[in-house]
Amino acid sequence: MDLVESYREELRFARKPLGRALLILLLVAAALLPWWGPRAWLTRASLVWLFAVGVIGQNLLIGYAGLISFGQAGFLAIGAYTFGHLRIIGVPFPLALAGAGGAAGLAGWLVGFPSLRLKGPYLAIATLGFGTATYQIFANVEWLSGGRAGLAIPPLQAPFGLLRDTWVYLVYYAIFLLFTGTAYNLISSYLGRAWVAVRDSDIAAESMGVSLARTKLLAFAISSFYTGVSGALMAQYLGHLEPQAFNISESMNFFVAVIVGGLASVEGSIFGAAFVVLVPALLGDLRWAVPVLFGSAILSVLILEPLGLAGLWLKTRLYFRLWPFR
Amino acid sequence: MPSLLQYALSGLSAGSLYAMVALGLVLIYRSTRVLNFAHADMATVGTFIAFSMIRSGVPFWLALSMAIVAGSAVAVVFYFAALVPAQRKGANHLGQVILTLGLALILQGLTVYQWGAEPDRFPFPLSDTAVFQVGPVFVSELSLGTLAAAATASLVLYLLTQKTRLGLAMRATSENLQAAQTLGIPTRGVLAFAWGVAAALAVVAGVFLAPVLLLDPFFMLDAMFKGLAAAVLGGLNSLPGAVLGGLLLGVAESLGGAYVSLEFKTSLAFILIVAVLLVRPEGLLGKEFQERV
Repeated sequence: MDLVESYREELRFARKPLGRALLILLLVAAALLPWWGPRAWLTRASLVWLFAVGVIGQNLLIGYAGLISFGQAGFLAIGAYTFGHLRIIGVPFPLALAGAGGAAGLAGWLVGFPSLRLKGPYLAIATLGFGTATYQIFANVEWLSGGRAGLAIPPLQAPFGLLRDTWVYLVYYAIFLLFTGTAYNLISSYLGRAWVAVRDSDIAAESMGVSLARTKLLAFAISSFYTGVSGALMAQYLGHLEPQAFNISESMNFFVAVIVGGLASVEGSIFGAAFVVLVPALLGDLRWAVPVLFGSAILSVLILEPLGLAGLWLKTRLYFRLWPFR
Repeated sequence: MPSLLQYALSGLSAGSLYAMVALGLVLIYRSTRVLNFAHADMATVGTFIAFSMIRSGVPFWLALSMAIVAGSAVAVVFYFAALVPAQRKGANHLGQVILTLGLALILQGLTVYQWGAEPDRFPFPLSDTAVFQVGPVFVSELSLGTLAAAATASLVLYLLTQKTRLGLAMRATSENLQAAQTLGIPTRGVLAFAWGVAAALAVVAGVFLAPVLLLDPFFMLDAMFKGLAAAVLGGLNSLPGAVLGGLLLGVAESLGGAYVSLEFKTSLAFILIVAVLLVRPEGLLGKEFQERV
């Protein structure tokens, strides 16, 4: 049996030497992708990393804290536009990224206040209202959105004579690793356990001394920080911002990624991000088939495998743990 | 003053559409505790079926009834094919809501596949431009028709839920599922029926909304979000609340658009709702959130 004997052990990503070796191999292979993979994969993989950051953020909120939000596109837009404006006035990339996350986090903290009183469907509507309002603000206020021409964002300059694609990929990968690591640490900290407690029964959690207000507001703030950073990375990736990029269907994409990947699972969020980025790319011209496939994926996940891709992954691992004996 | 009345009236006409959407959503929420995000797409499929039939020369009333039947069939099939198996798997409320999102995406894709994404004019027997003068205000044939349809739908729904045996079974099921089951009510059938009726209401709203806008696969989305907002405003488990919420939202939106800011019409409506929810978290007429530990 595989028992966790101490808290230190619980915090490890991979407990066995083989697992650790495979993980390191995977991480290194991903970091070296620009030197062995085709160029077409690079932009796509960058997109997966930037989506993964946002999906992890959304999963912290929905999967761990059990708070539903249909306003993700709003946080995404706030992050993207804050980042865009900061970059245009010449703020360096890391600071602009932090600013984008901070602005979105602040917005999330504010949106979190209704969540203290509203539950389930009522909260869904309130956040949906936030998403719609943000979209309309960006669509109608010209000095924010740059008017009809949109907002052009200065591209990243690659140092050390690297190709720009390569540099963008590496930067995105590093940010993705940073945020994934933070997420793993968050969920095994006091805060993560408080989120799960609030999700499962807020009354019981409160009577055990968990501050509901603090926990829920932090869930919103941190989740939107992630989403804001994801939006900023998307802005940098697109190089050009228009409010149309942040309508309700963008919120839906994040939602699909969280569900298909698996609720309350960081690995699942990464799988989910890969799913929503790669499936449309594979389908190519069959644009109508994308929502059909997403919808069918949601239905089959909920009916057949409620833990999503993360659940499948877990089952595969369990199967191979004892392989070839069963 | 006449212009205020005029705006209020056009708000009422839009609000009655929201009320129809909201009634369907509330009906589903009351019976199965699911917030149906596929409402718009069920309505869109129905409306497109009506559109195709009218185009090929079928009389309007027949096309409307066929569309209603088709929309209800989609809802009933979804209930039995997706919702029931998921419930057997122990899906929680969030999971069931997400199922409806899945259905919404599938229907959306299929609608685009079948009818294309290009907007079309919806042929409708009532005209948008022929107006009557009632006192100081003008009202178009179409608005009158919409108001009449919504009033009829609400009345029929009222009679159905309050005066028939089936309605009694629906109320019993939504009150307490296990007790209703124990008393011999075929609850699955009753719930499926509620889904069907809700979809029918949505299709009617869609057919009356289509001539106002242009018909494309996403034309109902906005109305559905307004309907959701109206349902939440009135209280998600109160049918009269849905009508009240819909009408209030329509009027508030129209007046807000006229006197405050046209571009932020939708946002104003949502801000109003969030404000109401902060004071009364269960909506204007709703009763919920009485939890026991």
